[in-house]
Amino acid sequence: MKPREISVTVNAKHYRSEVPPRLTLLDYLREVLGLTGTHAGCEHGVCGACSVIFDGQPIRSCLMFAIQADGHEVETVEGLAGADGGLSPLQDAFWEAHALQCGYCTPGMLMASHALLRANPDPTEDEIKEAIGGNLCRCTGYQQIVEAVRLAAKRMREADPEAGPEGNKDRVDE
Amino acid sequence: MKAAAFDYIRAGDLAEVCRALDDGGPDCKIIAGGQTLVPMMAMRLARPSILIDINAVGELQGIGGDETSLVIKACTRQAAAERSPEVRAKAPLLAKALRFVGHPQTRNRGTVGGSIANADPVAEIPLVALTLDAGLVAESAGGARNIGISGFFHGLMETSLAADECLTEVRFPVWNGGGIVGTGFREVSIRAGDFAIVAAAVQLALDENGVCKRAAVALGGVAPTPLRIEATAEALLSSDLDAKTVGEAARLAAHEIDPVADVHASAEYRRRTARVMVERAILEARDEALGRVAKP
Repeated sequence: MKPREISVTVNAKHYRSEVPPRLTLLDYLREVLGLTGTHAGCEHGVCGACSVIFDGQPIRSCLMFAIQADGHEVETVEGLAGADGGLSPLQDAFWEAHALQCGYCTPGMLMASHALLRANPDPTEDEIKEAIGGNLCRCTGYQQIVEAVRLAAKRMREADPEAGPEGNKDRVDE
Repeated sequence: MKAAAFDYIRAGDLAEVCRALDDGGPDCKIIAGGQTLVPMMAMRLARPSILIDINAVGELQGIGGDETSLVIKACTRQAAAERSPEVRAKAPLLAKALRFVGHPQTRNRGTVGGSIANADPVAEIPLVALTLDAGLVAESAGGARNIGISGFFHGLMETSLAADECLTEVRFPVWNGGGIVGTGFREVSIRAGDFAIVAAAVQLALDENGVCKRAAVALGGVAPTPLRIEATAEALLSSDLDAKTVGEAARLAAHEIDPVADVHASAEYRRRTARVMVERAILEARDEALGRVAKP
């Protein structure tokens, strides 16, 4: 089918591209925009490696077509680093707590956890497990990932006490 | 794992959806959250020639209703329903079940209507819709049609929706005919968030003495469609839901079903699990209602 023009904001940068309707958001990010931080795992919505943030909410980018993202906003792992290119507090905590080994699941884990901490700066262990429950990791056994998210949450709360601990757990979607 | 080529229509309103369905022929398919359809397209189990995207149709989103029913528009995200105080107040069984639906990432895209229209035999939302005897509304170029849930599920991922119809809303009746309502939802899956092997949904209404006045019981994962278990519900009526009555009612459920074996579980495992899940869901519903009797 003939390509269509779309306009998408990715990590606060605007892109205009021509895409065939069958191109997934995942393949668009990786192959058209060259943002290969988002990983392709199972490509049918099981592993969570391709998790990105779409209009503020974590989703699986293999389960959306790029054409559906026309006019929308996407955040990927490339957007986490600070302006100086340094690791974000969450990425730094993953490094410190040994929350990765092979690293394949890491971008998805980071984006799922990033969305969690933005909505809930002081999550319980169960809330962390729920947030990353759709992301498979075959190396770590998950414990260090949970530990890393807790460490990041603690450091981010200390750096910005205004943010917690209520968060917006009970927020209601319009 | 790439979908076959298709043409794409982003509909702006419901009239456009109906027109596109009318023009598109049998190979066109509606895409809402895509959490069932896109994996099927990736595996080439589905090869629609045209996708009609309803995500931008405002008329198909939102949660409302009145004292008698909770109305959820078909394209409302599961995550929005999960967070809605109105859903918790009017359809507490649905609120409970939504936590078992996939993962946060899939609930952020997946829709309430999409889950019902796809009719996966182990999906939680169709199970709750059947338990509560929900009403459905579908629209086509020919007009709107009300569909009762009891005849809606025809078989494995098959429903009475016609190829040119779009499910537009789901109406969950509110139990406010007196009595204290309690709900129970239990399921067994290999990992949290995976598809259920067996799921049980129960809603009860008790009088002020703890006697069961109304009961609805249904099971998922034991047949090609979710199943209401009337024998179990009837056995609970007029009892005070003591352990013996509940145990016997749950045993009736195991007799009512004829599950089949698949890669996840044997038929006998499903039958035993169905009994245990029904029993636990009834007790959960009873205790929840009794908790409300104790502190009015």
